[in-house]
Amino acid sequence: MKSFRYKNRKFTIMIIFAIVIIVYICRLFSIQVTDTTYRESAKSNALYNRTIHPLRGIIYDRNNNMVVGNQPYYDVTVTIREVKNLDTLLLCSYLDITKDYFDERMSYIKDRNRNPGYSSYTSQVFMPQLSVEEISDFRENLYRFNGFAIENRSQRQYHYDVAAHLLGDLGEVSKSEMDNDDFYNRGDYIGKQGVEKFYEEQLRGEKGVQVMLKDAYGRIQGSYMDGQYDIPPQAGKNLVLGIDIKLQELGERLMQGKIGSIVAIEPATGEILCMVSAPTFSPTSLVGRHRSENYNELYNHNQKPLLNRTIMGTYPPGSTFKTAQALTLLEEGIVDNRTTFPCSNGFVYGRLKVGCHEHSSPISLAPAIATSCNSYFCWGYFRMIGDEKYGSVQQAMTVWKDYMVDMGFGYALGVDLPGEKRGMIPNAQYYDKLYNRSWNGLTIISNSIGQGEVTLTPLQIANLGATIANRGYYITPHVVKQIEGDEIDSIYTSRHYVNVSRQNYELVVEGMRQSVIDGTCTAAASELYEVCGKTGTAQNNGKDHSVFMGFAPRENPQIAIAVYVENGGFGATYGVPIGALMMEQYITGGLSEASEKRAEYYADRSIDYGNKAR
Amino acid sequence: MVTKRVNILSNIDWLTVALYIIVMICGWLSICGAASDVDATQLLSMSTRPGKQLLWMVCALGLASFIMLITKDFVEKYSYLIYALSILLLIVTIFIAEDTKGSRSWIDFGGFKIQPAEFTKFTTALALARFVDTNKLDLSKWSSLLKSAVLIMVPLLLIICQKETGTAIVFLAFFLVLYREGMTGNLLLIGFCMVLFFILGIKYSDVTFANQVFSVGVWLVLSMVQIITTILVWMYSKERRITAITFYINICGMVLGMSVSMLIYPFDVTILQIILISVVILLLIFRGLMDMARQYFFIALFAICSVGYLYSVDYVFEKVLEPHQQVRINVILGLEDDPYGAGYNVNQSKIAIGSGGFSGKGFMKGTQTKLKYVPEQDTDFIFCTVGEEQGFLGSAFVLILYLGLLLRLVHLAELQTSQYCRIYGYSVACILFFHVFVNIGMVLGITPVIGIPLPFFSYGGSSLWGFTILLFLFLRMDSERTAR
Repeated sequence: MKSFRYKNRKFTIMIIFAIVIIVYICRLFSIQVTDTTYRESAKSNALYNRTIHPLRGIIYDRNNNMVVGNQPYYDVTVTIREVKNLDTLLLCSYLDITKDYFDERMSYIKDRNRNPGYSSYTSQVFMPQLSVEEISDFRENLYRFNGFAIENRSQRQYHYDVAAHLLGDLGEVSKSEMDNDDFYNRGDYIGKQGVEKFYEEQLRGEKGVQVMLKDAYGRIQGSYMDGQYDIPPQAGKNLVLGIDIKLQELGERLMQGKIGSIVAIEPATGEILCMVSAPTFSPTSLVGRHRSENYNELYNHNQKPLLNRTIMGTYPPGSTFKTAQALTLLEEGIVDNRTTFPCSNGFVYGRLKVGCHEHSSPISLAPAIATSCNSYFCWGYFRMIGDEKYGSVQQAMTVWKDYMVDMGFGYALGVDLPGEKRGMIPNAQYYDKLYNRSWNGLTIISNSIGQGEVTLTPLQIANLGATIANRGYYITPHVVKQIEGDEIDSIYTSRHYVNVSRQNYELVVEGMRQSVIDGTCTAAASELYEVCGKTGTAQNNGKDHSVFMGFAPRENPQIAIAVYVENGGFGATYGVPIGALMMEQYITGGLSEASEKRAEYYADRSIDYGNKAR
Repeated sequence: MVTKRVNILSNIDWLTVALYIIVMICGWLSICGAASDVDATQLLSMSTRPGKQLLWMVCALGLASFIMLITKDFVEKYSYLIYALSILLLIVTIFIAEDTKGSRSWIDFGGFKIQPAEFTKFTTALALARFVDTNKLDLSKWSSLLKSAVLIMVPLLLIICQKETGTAIVFLAFFLVLYREGMTGNLLLIGFCMVLFFILGIKYSDVTFANQVFSVGVWLVLSMVQIITTILVWMYSKERRITAITFYINICGMVLGMSVSMLIYPFDVTILQIILISVVILLLIFRGLMDMARQYFFIALFAICSVGYLYSVDYVFEKVLEPHQQVRINVILGLEDDPYGAGYNVNQSKIAIGSGGFSGKGFMKGTQTKLKYVPEQDTDFIFCTVGEEQGFLGSAFVLILYLGLLLRLVHLAELQTSQYCRIYGYSVACILFFHVFVNIGMVLGITPVIGIPLPFFSYGGSSLWGFTILLFLFLRMDSERTAR
């Protein structure tokens, strides 16, 4: 009989059934009886570790003015299960919200898709980040609203309405940030930009834990073992910035209505004294409940105010770059202080002409710097790239590029802020590719006067000034000079020597001094101290950028500065006067009456940039 | 019909009915335990899930009594029609159902929702039984097998179209029925190996033993290929010498390699395994040519295909699939550590079960399930509540209840005199088995996370009624057998 043929297969099927059930029973035995880890996990589910958030480190300026502190803010929370007899309209009136907002928040809280951690037994944030004033009415009437509570945390408070770019901001941690660091939980805040981001680990402190007992419904029943296992939070480390907040304020005032940057560095230490990026915004606007609206508005603004142009903007350095060329030419022996080049209103070679302005000819190095002669530096660069001692233009170019990199160009300097750009120093391979290996000094002559392919960040220009002020070395510029109970990175304390001799630096200093006495930046002169400076007028697609790089006093310099005003015209138009005011403020601790007038004049002058997105 | 009613009461298999009712009551108690928002007085209120479930259960008993009135001849006669109607309903559902959590499988009759896919299980069983029986199919023939498979694949594919993959997979249980009726067992073995190799190969592909350099997943699969090959040779070869050689090369070689790697010098054992398998394959082909024996070629082919399959799975997974597809598969396999997704469920369900200990926390005293740490705690993850509140004793008891029910059904099916009834009986047993296997395996973290209910246990009217119809149609057939 056919039906009997497979009769024995019933045993196979029964055995499959039995094996599966037996395997499952064994598995149950291992999970429930032999393995205790699951029971431990369950126990920890019944204990609730309440996180106590530490206070974030406070940030001071170099004169111990508190720049960023903490202030309490309040979250209104709600435990849905405990809400009884709620007078919705009364609640709305105390919190100054509409009924619609109330409904929207409630449905958000209860929606497990949008609020995955929802439980009707635990408190949920109903309204975040209210200030003392906003909460006071509600707090007095809290007893009327069963199920509602107030929890306090702290947020950043800015004592000066400046330096938003370098201070940075705090925002809620993203998923990837939580994945990368176990420290963070949902809803925690983390530094998103600037010092807040770069020094996040120092500023954030250590979280504390309060161990609480909870019942089967997740309600807190009180402290566990009288707080024996509690861990108090540790406040974050305080930071002292190299920034002079008064100088920063003046800088931001002077840059109103303009786009550009001011960076000042203390040459002896590499501490950044001020870092102004214009246009700027109020750091307070990125705190609290309106953060995301404000952020979006700034983000979509056509002048890109969120960009820290001092380290993220890369610009042609213009004639300020000639100082670096002078140093290279001197060190390579292409020129010495007696070498002269002709200038007939410019550098002319065959059909190529680089224009220059009226001055005596032929001209030697110091006056060439003072009058910012294009011709001198074109000739020098042309000689260097074509010099037979290097064997080829490529090799000459490599030597030149190495000098530039040595001076801190072409790579990010390593400032203690996120997002620093490297700028551009072209090398031989770059031109080989661009011109199919057929190029010479003339092809790339623009580099010699800080045009062409060369771009620097304002920070790199300021650092050039600091290196010249130091006669041959720099310390990597940094904004934080001191961390409480910790040391700053050794790269911010060690000197980087440029491979150019001190005498050669002195020659360039002399040129920059002459420039202030009777050259292009006489407006930078002061009766109280000797200023050295160099203007720049950087060509670009639009109107020229106005640039100034300088330092003062000449001996034992206290401040090196770079001013970059986009489309500001001649270096002397904006760069020099703004630089002069900044140096006066820092060295004398204030502005004279006449200077104050001038400061007001420049603060009120604005440049029309049109509506084009930048 | 009236004449037979008396017979029903005396001829129905009361043991099965008793098991059915006990399982259902255990399920209801667990739903009470899982209902966090409810205190004891509300258990009977219609606004709570325990209250609703109680109503579904009473209706199910009514439904069961009604089904006992339908004669086997009636059902057998209209098997195809019922099947056709249910397929039609499935098609209609795809178009009229609303989108609930991505699936289009629920039809709303004015606040009262049913899921037609639940009922397709018994209609398919009826049609399959009728088809094999009336045509006297010999399922060891490929043509017969293919024809029967079409009957199974049609609802399966339609349910996949409804995005209810979990329910669709249940239809694979019918192949176990076909096996009983003559389908070659090799197909089961191959299907089983494919699923197992895929899951193992991916699940453990990035895992390594301590101090070892190779992937545990690849090692596991290759070891299983070696073991299965050896067993196949032992089963199909008459020459003891060949079996012995295969055993030495495969098993001893692998064990030796592992020992060396573990104790002396860690190396990639999987490469050694590939070499060993290649040697065995060459040996089998050589013997196959010498003896002109087909079985050697088949075994060699099995080994080659298995190894090829393993590496192509890895390749397809890593290179061909998009990252989001990889994540999806990983989540289904419970691999992705996604705190709000499947990984979370399985972990929390294991914690809940583990916290029950040997004897459990007591009825309504579970904290893990009540606190909603475990999602879907009264539907797909209902077994967690049993584990937590009743402990090992209670959960093992439930498993043994299911085993008893399944074995009883197989036993009854074998007693049937007509092939139609036997096939239907096996279908019932295999469908229930598949649900228990996947659902409890998922809760215990053994099988992938596939959302299908635990029969007679999970909350929900559609599934309870579907299973009740499935079971009682068979009990009616059985009672007619004993009445005769």
